[in-house]
Amino acid sequence: MVQAVKTQTDPALVAHLYRRAGFGITREQVDRLSERDYADIVDFLLNPLPSNGVHDDEVSRYMGGESPHAYLATWIFRMINSENQLQEKMALFWHHVFATGLAKNEHVLSASNQIEMFRSNGMSDMRTILLDLSRDPAMIFWLDNNENHKSEPNENYGRELLELFSLGVGNYTEIDIKNAARAFTGWTFAQSPPLYPHGYYPCDFVFEEENHDNSEKEFLGHTGNFDGGDVIDIIVDQPACAAFISRHLYNFFVADEPQVPTWNEVAPLDPQLIDAMSEAFMNSGGDIKSVLRVMFNSNAFKDARFKKVKSPIELVVGILKMVGNFDDFRPGLSAYADSTTVVMGQKLLDPPSVEGWHTGKEWIDGGNLTERVNFAVSEIGDGESPGVQRIIDRIIDSGSLVAPEDFVDSVLDAMGPITVEDSTSEALMKFARDSEGIDDRLRAVRIISLIVSTPEYQFA
Amino acid sequence: MANNLKGKAPVLVVLQMTGGNDFMNTLVPYTSGLYYDSRQTVRITEDRVLELNDQLGFHPAAAPLKDMFDAGDVAIVQGIGYENSNRSHFRAMDIMHTAEPNAIATEGWLAKAIRQLDPEGKDVLTGVSFGRGLPRAMAAPGVRVTSVGDLDTYGLMTSVDIKEDRAEAMDIFKRFYTPAIGSGATMSYLQQTGDDVLTGIDQLQTVPGRYKSTVEYADNPIAKSLRDVARTHIAGLGTRIFYVQHGGYDHHAVEMPAHEKLLGELSGALRDFMDDLREHDSAEEVVVYAFTEFGRRVQDNGSGTDHGSGGGAFIIGDRVEGGLYSEYPSLDPKTFANGEDLEHTFDFRGVYATLLEQWMSIDSIDIVRGKYEQLQPFRVA
Repeated sequence: MVQAVKTQTDPALVAHLYRRAGFGITREQVDRLSERDYADIVDFLLNPLPSNGVHDDEVSRYMGGESPHAYLATWIFRMINSENQLQEKMALFWHHVFATGLAKNEHVLSASNQIEMFRSNGMSDMRTILLDLSRDPAMIFWLDNNENHKSEPNENYGRELLELFSLGVGNYTEIDIKNAARAFTGWTFAQSPPLYPHGYYPCDFVFEEENHDNSEKEFLGHTGNFDGGDVIDIIVDQPACAAFISRHLYNFFVADEPQVPTWNEVAPLDPQLIDAMSEAFMNSGGDIKSVLRVMFNSNAFKDARFKKVKSPIELVVGILKMVGNFDDFRPGLSAYADSTTVVMGQKLLDPPSVEGWHTGKEWIDGGNLTERVNFAVSEIGDGESPGVQRIIDRIIDSGSLVAPEDFVDSVLDAMGPITVEDSTSEALMKFARDSEGIDDRLRAVRIISLIVSTPEYQFA
Repeated sequence: MANNLKGKAPVLVVLQMTGGNDFMNTLVPYTSGLYYDSRQTVRITEDRVLELNDQLGFHPAAAPLKDMFDAGDVAIVQGIGYENSNRSHFRAMDIMHTAEPNAIATEGWLAKAIRQLDPEGKDVLTGVSFGRGLPRAMAAPGVRVTSVGDLDTYGLMTSVDIKEDRAEAMDIFKRFYTPAIGSGATMSYLQQTGDDVLTGIDQLQTVPGRYKSTVEYADNPIAKSLRDVARTHIAGLGTRIFYVQHGGYDHHAVEMPAHEKLLGELSGALRDFMDDLREHDSAEEVVVYAFTEFGRRVQDNGSGTDHGSGGGAFIIGDRVEGGLYSEYPSLDPKTFANGEDLEHTFDFRGVYATLLEQWMSIDSIDIVRGKYEQLQPFRVA
């Protein structure tokens, strides 16, 4: 009988992929997925299922009305439970790049609509993404395009579109900014009734023909009576756009680059991978899925284990997923976005500025690190949660409780698999030796609490 | 230089009123018809005001601050701001934190001051922030500062109940965060940060046990943070710059009761703080600087006030020459910024320079990026 050859994927690689392309993964899911070929798993992530396994309507109904708390609770619930992990991660990615904040906008419905837009168009093509963005009321107000008039152009959106959203400093001139702004004159929204006391009404995009500058414009070497859509077409054709978006994706998914404003001066960490991604971008007309496919399938990505500092939301959702208390609706989820990640330096829907969050090493200071460690340890708590119980069962079932090395290895495997530096491994080994003889389950809970406190656990 | 502190090092406590304090309703121009014209609803009427002079008076909830002012311990900086005041909370606060209104800057003004105070970065407690999150004002590459949420519960793995378990966990934690040769740059930064946390915790955890006072602070976050500052300062750990935050000043709606509550909490906490320091003979060397990111719109919106400019700040301490400094922003609509905001009358960078040079004896030119007009708010002993 001919045995079918089964293609398998290293469980540690599956866990790595899901820490990056998603918000983490349980060990049981790793087992199931590692039966599959790696490229198939990537394709599964790239092609969201029609249903994400989370009943979106039910979730938002359960979480309550139109407040940032309710929306954030809904979003975090999806981050934990959606089968379409990359869809949620891409929404977060675009929220990082197109950072729009409630501090100025104060319109929760527009803020949540913007995130919903990223969820639905986040893996489409760059033209669609930029066009939707330019018509998005939250963005229009955030960057004052409603103040961008034919008679008095406001450059704010034109500038950030080029500088922060598509090309990066050094790839356009001040004249290009002015003309991009002129092309977007008249792109505004209909004012909704005042928030106080009417509550939230949606604002809709409006194009004011009479407020639009129809005259000839020069933009990035092209001349014509361009409007915003033409400007976006020209942008998406630029190799600089391909390189800039590729580098953003690399910075978010592969390894921490220096902060964005330096990109004009500092070369990418991995120019070869950026080139390959840019090529996919150019060949596909800016198709984000094609770029992601090249990136996730590259050896550079596969090898970049624990090379990225987790953002607060990644850390928090990763722990919540592992602990397993929010696999079903339960009150209390919004606090993780309202305060837990905030004290660690990240308030979703309220980025520090149009530049978004500074990432990588800048996520960490003494206070933030203390918050991260204390949060993780307290979520593990006494280990009674379903997720921690499953990890403990797995350790006990592996029968590796005797030799300290086996114990440490089996815990690291059950929690990830995770790899740690030698110094960390030695410290864990010391605990394993010193704790011999105490109750197996208690010992497991204590070592799990230690592992979530490690420097390595701060990395995805 | 103002201070002759008999060997004690000067200490600066920076208090951030987050959200944009309504300066017009803190120091009320109660005899101005223009004030009442623009504040139809969100107003403090003459009969409620605590008069300072025939034009200005404190909000009634700020009675403790008024008492401190009468005692000569409060310098009020009127009309603080900068050209083209930014109405975005974050950007405006960022400008206050980095002393750079014209570009995105990365280094905080207090972090740069800490770097001058401790150039080799030896002491993680030279700068300490109490409350949630390290403010950008205290952050700069290579500057080691300590950020404490709550002094009484400050520590690592505080949710581990059993003392021996926690001690063991801390021992292992120390091993995780021992800076190792050959780790990557980010990993070694992380290990160093963990190591700094442990160093700070060892000292800070001794503070509550060493403190006794007859002063009873109120139960609210700003009182709690200022009490933490007092306890840490009295313990003599060498901290030169403290940071505390009092949130909630963004009163777009229902401002009247909310603002009253905040000003009451704030001024009561400041009074208790100074009393506490005096009781411990530790007041003379301390100056508090209370600021906000912007003032609010002149015209109210029927329930609250929107973002504006031309705010105000307070410099408080036993060595302060109390009084009114700079000028109250003009209420004449012709002078308004953007046609609707108070125009500033004093550049905030001049206040920083004043605090840094005259109080902390630190060179300010690099920190505020230039030379700005200073105030003279300190008495020489």
